[in-house]
Amino acid sequence: MLRNFLDKIKPSFEKGGKLHFLHSTFEAFESFLYVPDKVTSTGCHVRDALDMKRTMITVVLALLPCFLFGIYNVGYMHYSTVGQDTGFWDCFWFGCSKVLPMLVVTYVVGLGIEFIFAQVKGHEVNEGFLVSGFLIPLICPPDVPLWMLAVATAFAVVIGKEVFGGTGMNVWNPALLARAFLFFAYPSQMSGDNVWVADAVSGPTSLSNIAAGNVDAVPQLSDLFWGLIPGSVGETSKFCILIGAIILVWSGIGSFRIMFSALAGGVLMAWVGGLAGSTDASILQHVLSGGFLFGLVFMATDPVTSAQTQAGKSIYGFLLGAMAILIRIYNPAYPEGMMLAILLMNTFAPLIDYLVVERNKARRRKRIVLATQEQNA
Amino acid sequence: MEKVIRLRKGLDIRIEGCPDGSLDAPSAPQARYAVKPVDFYGIHPKLSVQVQDRVLAGDPLFYDKNNPQIFLTSPVSGTVAEIVYGPRRVIEEIRIQADGKNEHKDFGVLDPSSFTAENVREKLLQAGLWAFIRQRPYDLAADPARPPRDIFISAFDTAPLAPDLDMVVRGEEDCFQMGVDALAKLTKGKVYLGVHRRKTASKAYLECRNAEIRAFDGPHPCGNVGIQIHHIAPISKGDVVWYVHPQDIVIMGRLFKKGIYDATKIVAVGGSELFKTGHHKVLAGFNVSCMLEGNARPGSSHRVISGNILTGKRISDDGYLGAFDHMISVIPEGKRFRFMGWLGPGLDRFSYSRTFWSWLRPRRRYVMDTNMNGSERAYVLTGQFEKVLPMDIYPLQLIKACIAKDIENMEALGIYEVSPEDFALCEYIDASKTEIQEIIREGLEYIRKEVQ
Repeated sequence: MLRNFLDKIKPSFEKGGKLHFLHSTFEAFESFLYVPDKVTSTGCHVRDALDMKRTMITVVLALLPCFLFGIYNVGYMHYSTVGQDTGFWDCFWFGCSKVLPMLVVTYVVGLGIEFIFAQVKGHEVNEGFLVSGFLIPLICPPDVPLWMLAVATAFAVVIGKEVFGGTGMNVWNPALLARAFLFFAYPSQMSGDNVWVADAVSGPTSLSNIAAGNVDAVPQLSDLFWGLIPGSVGETSKFCILIGAIILVWSGIGSFRIMFSALAGGVLMAWVGGLAGSTDASILQHVLSGGFLFGLVFMATDPVTSAQTQAGKSIYGFLLGAMAILIRIYNPAYPEGMMLAILLMNTFAPLIDYLVVERNKARRRKRIVLATQEQNA
Repeated sequence: MEKVIRLRKGLDIRIEGCPDGSLDAPSAPQARYAVKPVDFYGIHPKLSVQVQDRVLAGDPLFYDKNNPQIFLTSPVSGTVAEIVYGPRRVIEEIRIQADGKNEHKDFGVLDPSSFTAENVREKLLQAGLWAFIRQRPYDLAADPARPPRDIFISAFDTAPLAPDLDMVVRGEEDCFQMGVDALAKLTKGKVYLGVHRRKTASKAYLECRNAEIRAFDGPHPCGNVGIQIHHIAPISKGDVVWYVHPQDIVIMGRLFKKGIYDATKIVAVGGSELFKTGHHKVLAGFNVSCMLEGNARPGSSHRVISGNILTGKRISDDGYLGAFDHMISVIPEGKRFRFMGWLGPGLDRFSYSRTFWSWLRPRRRYVMDTNMNGSERAYVLTGQFEKVLPMDIYPLQLIKACIAKDIENMEALGIYEVSPEDFALCEYIDASKTEIQEIIREGLEYIRKEVQ
């Protein structure tokens, strides 16, 4: 029935139709509801079942544990701060009332801009923002005013993505750019010494405690792992992040190379910092605190903004992990280094790729030189 | 065969309908054949026959405008029934109505002891077999005036539903050997024969003389000659290498041995839409309808492909086998909408990724149709193409250089080493659903025009 309806209204969106100027919008909704009936014409006669929608929905699926736990944790933090003892569902509903509006705002603003740009440029709407829009609420503190979130999202989509040519061309991770925008435009609201813990109460995060040397005030390792601690919506539960990482790596969507090498870089840096006596926190405390793991699983692995070659991914990941902990340890102004580390490495990723690809080209050139030498000899 | 070249990258597409090991000859003699000039890249065809002309097997049908000594001949005796033109008067098919007598033009035998580069070349040109030797770079018909660095033969096919190439030389071992002996005279370098470590069993391959034998092991595209060249002796700028299919070498061997163009070849027929799959002994360019009649599953619409499902050409139910194809694949058409098709668990949807739950059933074979399974998007995923291209080449970078027509970069990234078929799997797995083989073909054509 739905199909019949779509078929009926389709001609008005095609070339020459009255609503042709909305064709990208129609395509987006139609292909959302139905996988198109388009068949192969040239080249391969069969195509893999994987498409961009499936790719993106897999990432969203991997984020879902963090998302659900984040909702619960927001409520839990609220009720535990005001001293009420409530059940699971109360916490969950309170969390929903905080987080769902954030999600709606990012999707409406972000997708709205994406649709407009697709329409104006006459191409199809890319699915990339399904993930970016899902990530943005997860990396923001739950009390961020919605209008700020809207401005940040618009900034991320327009300046971060569309000015570079849209999905696939952007230099920086759009979700992180939104957070960076909030961080620099409204620093008092974001991760400083004191951030949101629950309504009307703020307190130091574990990271600012680490930075200030109050290692005793850092939560237990088990709390850091299971995640009932204050922090941005999605980043607190390392257990849920681990589930997400397993989904991403197993399905083949996320790069294990990046995750592993970033972890290695972070661990090494934390160890070196500990040896040098610059940080009192243990390696595990560093790895489990803040957004380090969330960032390296979900944001550093963004295929567009990370290095694209295999060797490049390893280098990129390692430097990224090391940089994140380096910033944490040696720059007291920024207790959280992950965001800046990822954005910085996003910037350098093309350079890393360039060097890796140049080596490949050099191998090829060397082969010609060797061959001519052989001929002459 | 001391060292085995093991390739780990690649993908065996688990599609339903592999041809079984049976070998049949068609019960009734086939009446209709066709030669398709469009199959021969780089040849600008000029007709040498007209409709109603009578031809023998071995009589020229058309020649290359730029190089008139290269011509193609009729695989069968009969009359020219029809010449089919495509858009812009491109000659698409020269159809021949066989007379059933199968008379051959006599080219005279050539004894292996008297093989020289000169008379082998002469003989192959005369009988119209030259165009079956193809060259890299650019993946087109070999230039007789320019001897190759080496000649490569791949004695196994790893493509989905591929024929068993051991059957090709069964009973024709001496013809194959003779063909290899002849080819060896055409190069100052070596003739390399790529065999599969486990699957190649025929002595014609394993004990072939006048050729260096190299064993390979791995998933598709390890049987592609381009991949084998890359691992044996890669093509650098300025190099020219040739490659020939074992079936065509057997046909060349017959020419030297019997003095005739005997175009008999073994063709595999497979696909989920057929009741009976298997191998058939037929003449080149035969009409495929005899394989489909009473054999195709009724009801649903299907697509007939001359060649494999990754690189082959679509033909009609009444179409003809392509010149370089050794298989017919018949798969269902996928012209249907799937409600929320990207969302379900996907137990019955094969994918190289594990985003569909079909990974729970690693041995199952799947019916695959021609649906795009999505729509075209920007390149987002990275590091995927590398998983299915066992070459020291950066595929995404090369593809982008081809799109940008950046010749310097294309050369540096190794455009001379590749052909569209090597990128077929990249195209298959591409989640952005772009036409990668066409991009590579256009890149090759562009660079060929610019460099020359």
